[in-house]
Amino acid sequence: MSLESLIPALVVLPILGFAVTALIGRRLDKQAHWIPVLTIFAVWVIAMALVVDVLSGTAPLLPGSEESHGYAVTWFTWIPAGAFHVDVGFVVDSLTACLLIVVTTIGLLVHVYSIGYMSHDAGYWRFFAYLNLFMFSMLLLVLASNFLVVFVAWELVGLCSYLLIGFWYRKRSAALAAKKAFIVNRVGDIGFALGIMLIFVSLGTLDIREVIERIGELDGTTIMVISLLIFAGAMGKSAQFPLHVWLPDAMEGPTPVSALIHAATMVNAGIYLIARSNPIFAHAPSALVVVAAVGIFTAILAASIAMTQTDIKRVLAYSTLSQLGYMFAAFGVGAWTAAIFHLMTHGFFKGLLFLGSGSVIHAVHEEQDMRNMGGLSSKIKITYWTMLIGSLAISGIPPLAAFFSKDEILGEAYKFGFLWVWAVGFVVAGMTAFYMFRLMGLTFWGTFRGPKAIWDKIHESSPVMTIPLIVLAIPTLFLGAYLGLPLGASRIAEWLEPVFAEGLHVLHTEAEPSYELFGLDGVLILASVTIAAVGMVIGWRLFGVGIGPIRMPSRPERVRELSARVPFLYRASLNKWWFDDLNHVLFIVIGGRIAAAFWWFDREVVDGTVNAVGASTVDAGRGLRQVQTGRVQNYALGIAIGLIVMAGSYLLLAR
Amino acid sequence: MDVNSIPILTIVTFLPLIGALIIAVAPPSAARATALAFALLTFVISLFLLVGYLPGRPGFQFVETADWIPAFGIQYKLGADGLSVSLVVLTTLLSWIAILASFKPIQTRIKEYMISFLILEVGMIGVFLALDTFLFYIFWEIVLVPMYLIIGIWGGANRIYATMKFVLYTLVGSLLMLVAILATAFAYQSGHDGAWVGAFDFETLKAYAGTGGFADGLQILAFLAFFLAFAIKVPMFPFHTWLPDAHTEAPTAGSVILAAVLLKLGAYGFIRFALPLYPSAAETFAPVIIVLSLIAIIYGAIVALVQPDLKRLVAYSSVSHMGFVTLGIFVFTEQGLQGAILQMINHGLITGALFLLVGVIYERTHDRTIAKMGGLSAKMPVYVAVFGFFVFASAGLPGLSGFVGEFLVLVGTFEVDPYAAAVATFVMVLAASYLLYMYGRVAFGELSDFLAGLGDHLTDMTPVEILTLVPLGTLVVIFGIQPGLLLDLFQGTVVETLAVVDPASPIEIPQAAVIGLLAIVLILVLARVGWAILRPRPTFEPEGGAAH
Repeated sequence: MSLESLIPALVVLPILGFAVTALIGRRLDKQAHWIPVLTIFAVWVIAMALVVDVLSGTAPLLPGSEESHGYAVTWFTWIPAGAFHVDVGFVVDSLTACLLIVVTTIGLLVHVYSIGYMSHDAGYWRFFAYLNLFMFSMLLLVLASNFLVVFVAWELVGLCSYLLIGFWYRKRSAALAAKKAFIVNRVGDIGFALGIMLIFVSLGTLDIREVIERIGELDGTTIMVISLLIFAGAMGKSAQFPLHVWLPDAMEGPTPVSALIHAATMVNAGIYLIARSNPIFAHAPSALVVVAAVGIFTAILAASIAMTQTDIKRVLAYSTLSQLGYMFAAFGVGAWTAAIFHLMTHGFFKGLLFLGSGSVIHAVHEEQDMRNMGGLSSKIKITYWTMLIGSLAISGIPPLAAFFSKDEILGEAYKFGFLWVWAVGFVVAGMTAFYMFRLMGLTFWGTFRGPKAIWDKIHESSPVMTIPLIVLAIPTLFLGAYLGLPLGASRIAEWLEPVFAEGLHVLHTEAEPSYELFGLDGVLILASVTIAAVGMVIGWRLFGVGIGPIRMPSRPERVRELSARVPFLYRASLNKWWFDDLNHVLFIVIGGRIAAAFWWFDREVVDGTVNAVGASTVDAGRGLRQVQTGRVQNYALGIAIGLIVMAGSYLLLAR
Repeated sequence: MDVNSIPILTIVTFLPLIGALIIAVAPPSAARATALAFALLTFVISLFLLVGYLPGRPGFQFVETADWIPAFGIQYKLGADGLSVSLVVLTTLLSWIAILASFKPIQTRIKEYMISFLILEVGMIGVFLALDTFLFYIFWEIVLVPMYLIIGIWGGANRIYATMKFVLYTLVGSLLMLVAILATAFAYQSGHDGAWVGAFDFETLKAYAGTGGFADGLQILAFLAFFLAFAIKVPMFPFHTWLPDAHTEAPTAGSVILAAVLLKLGAYGFIRFALPLYPSAAETFAPVIIVLSLIAIIYGAIVALVQPDLKRLVAYSSVSHMGFVTLGIFVFTEQGLQGAILQMINHGLITGALFLLVGVIYERTHDRTIAKMGGLSAKMPVYVAVFGFFVFASAGLPGLSGFVGEFLVLVGTFEVDPYAAAVATFVMVLAASYLLYMYGRVAFGELSDFLAGLGDHLTDMTPVEILTLVPLGTLVVIFGIQPGLLLDLFQGTVVETLAVVDPASPIEIPQAAVIGLLAIVLILVLARVGWAILRPRPTFEPEGGAAH
């Protein structure tokens, strides 16, 4: 059997797993994980075979392409509405392969981890059914060959996100967070949907490869509008300002969901979408500036909030926003490979950090407030060490993952002349190191601040949860070096070259700047490592440190003193810059009043008129009743008047 | 056996009538079973239409003709194209589902109820199959009578008011339509040296209209009359206020049929009669109708946001969804019309299901107040899952059938006017808002005190209730993944319909239309205020209530 014929299995297996588990899962009870986990394992095997095949160049060339290896298959016709013809088909090229690595690997590990994490939950089977539905949707999203099919998957991952955020439906906060996530996403989806319509009306097709080939036929304004509309969709799914408000609330969902959907895979869909349609953006440089600006603004906004939050998962959620902002900024400045590079490394280390936080939360009996933690490093060693690796990685300490990917983003921003992007990104790098080591300090170092009874019962999670942590630590340690070396001509650049070459050629007419380790590039690397180290050290000094022999107490009085020195910034950060309050006023209070006014209008004016007509008919009837009195003389009078009128008008008109 | 050799359309149309006659003479205990049997039989026979229909051929199939009133050229003429066939099958499907869903809730005057329902089915099928304008009018009015009884006898507390409003409102439109039908016939007759032959025959009239036979003046007046009749039935803004009342007061099955089939009569009328017979008038009024549709889409959704009652919320969502149908019809593009027809079928399936689901709650709680609900997930997991499925179908989740129709309408609109499409697309957010608000309040959170007080009455769905929803859910999935099954059926109708309106003339939504509408709104407000001052207490409403 050829690999090509197995591609549909990547989506068919998870949807079957979903269907079977949804139908009989309740009866399987605590064995309900077997079908979903084995399904995803099979998907992972097929995906890895495809990835190796495509990235090594042994796969055939894609039809119509001279250097892009991969597979393109058409599955069935979905919408045959005359000229509006949409096929469901799949394309696996090197970009999809990169996404497949992240999605299937983390997907599999999260499935395994959930066996332990969800073991006491009454909705065990339901959880695994939803996870499989999500895997189906996410795989469809990265594999689909048609914009409208991408949109389908786009909405389906949104549905899964809704179902999983609201998984603990008894909690009103979870139900509200789920609703918020879906609706905010839909705001962005308006843009995406309109973009799809504009593409179809302009080019008569929605096949991605065909659209990309022919995009140059359109005028600049149309391309820019298409780009911005697609970006609007990406902003919703990847939670970029001002549509970022749903992601922190999404932490109401179970932690494996936060790791899989809200850190490693679904939130990357926005980056994937614009990377997939990169030639469109290449023709609209001004749209790219918007992308860069929104991205880097989100990065610093979210990082500033992450610095003061006390809920361990919310810190990680704001961190995710911030890192996604980096990726958009990278895309905006033209560092497309670096964006995908960071997407991959971030997927692994953020997945690791979230699963680690889940292990912490489990250990301290569902406590998420870091103020009630501390000193856990001695009790949950595997969680501690893997999370420390993750924290070092996200901070950009060499040679861990984000050192390579983040530095490539910052370096290219500088070299392509986006000094402002570089400057903000540089500051954010320091903030990132700070909030991560604040998190580590509050959680693992110092002394435990929760109840004594809990402290005595804290123990490391079962192997089914710690093994995924250890497995994720491996790419966190080495993936950056594997993909990012040799500097200046990295492996991932070679992989993605066929996907990005044409677009980059349109974007930068001059040759790409060369790479000098003992020159500008070296200086930039040194600068970012320094700022990361500074952030780390400040975090250490304020929140304590306890790595091996290095031990220092935390200094809460110093923290208070520092935050009192910048009261506005501190309150802004603590209150998330009041975006939730603003949205509440705008959409719940004012929006609600407007809707109520519309309803008043409907009852009183529209329906009021209808009733008025009805009532006036009754009134008129009452009035006309006077005519039918039953008195003959009245009728005779009527007849006489009628005759006179008729005769008179006849005489007048006949003349 | 050749399907065309037997009068299959007459059989499908009048089979329920035979059922009604049998119920009339049979003992009351047999009423339910007989009604269900005849509805199912009609459904099965209507499936033969689907099998026998040949999508490739132009024109009508299974045509049956007999002279009725030869002096005026009025015929008994039935025929079907892809549009009629699919709507007939929708009707026969929903009819047996509605009858089955009535078994438990309807406990009084069962015989009369079932007779009304079967006669209602005759009228609905007849409307979709009639090819003689006079016959069409007769079927159109037949529909009204049983529905009047269903709401008025088996409805809720304020049923008399609601059913009077429904009937009077619809009558206003349909009487004008009768005038237009007669005027059209007279115009045809005077153009043919006084010969009445063909004056009521749809195909003849359509051909005559195609040659420009009808003068513009007649077209405009006749179109306006048809428009009013159909716009009330759809219902389009601002003729929609009978709908929430009728839905709220009707019994569950009545609401199901009302939403699933009755609203489609108006849309069908636009496509079948108003467009082909009066094309130039249709072109003239298209911008206004497009604007009205956009208002209906957004306005219906916004008003749905603040509804306290489950049925009212779904009713206003119908106003919004049906706005897509009229929008798709009047943009005169292939995608638009295909999407509109698809949306008709999908709205029938999805909203029909939503009313059934509201009925399931009402059956247990005798209440529909959203604020009193909450936490059903724990008590009725199957119900919550099925409800969620249809809620997302209604929100236009891709992969389910609602999405394809809406998206095709949007694409068709975008071709004509991107801004109009942008306005309509905004409903994606509003629809998600009101539907998830409703769903969240019903399904999530802790079990509300009101529901907890019901104790063991709060059982999960019964097998019969599940049985009524399974066919609808299955079709929603099938048409979501393979909309081609339906689109191929409509293709001929779409091409023929669009051939008469000039697609070359671009539709512009003139500012005058918008300003005119604003002026109408202003006049309405002023009239309402003035009326409130002059006549503070309406006597009409209490009279309706007092009769109960």
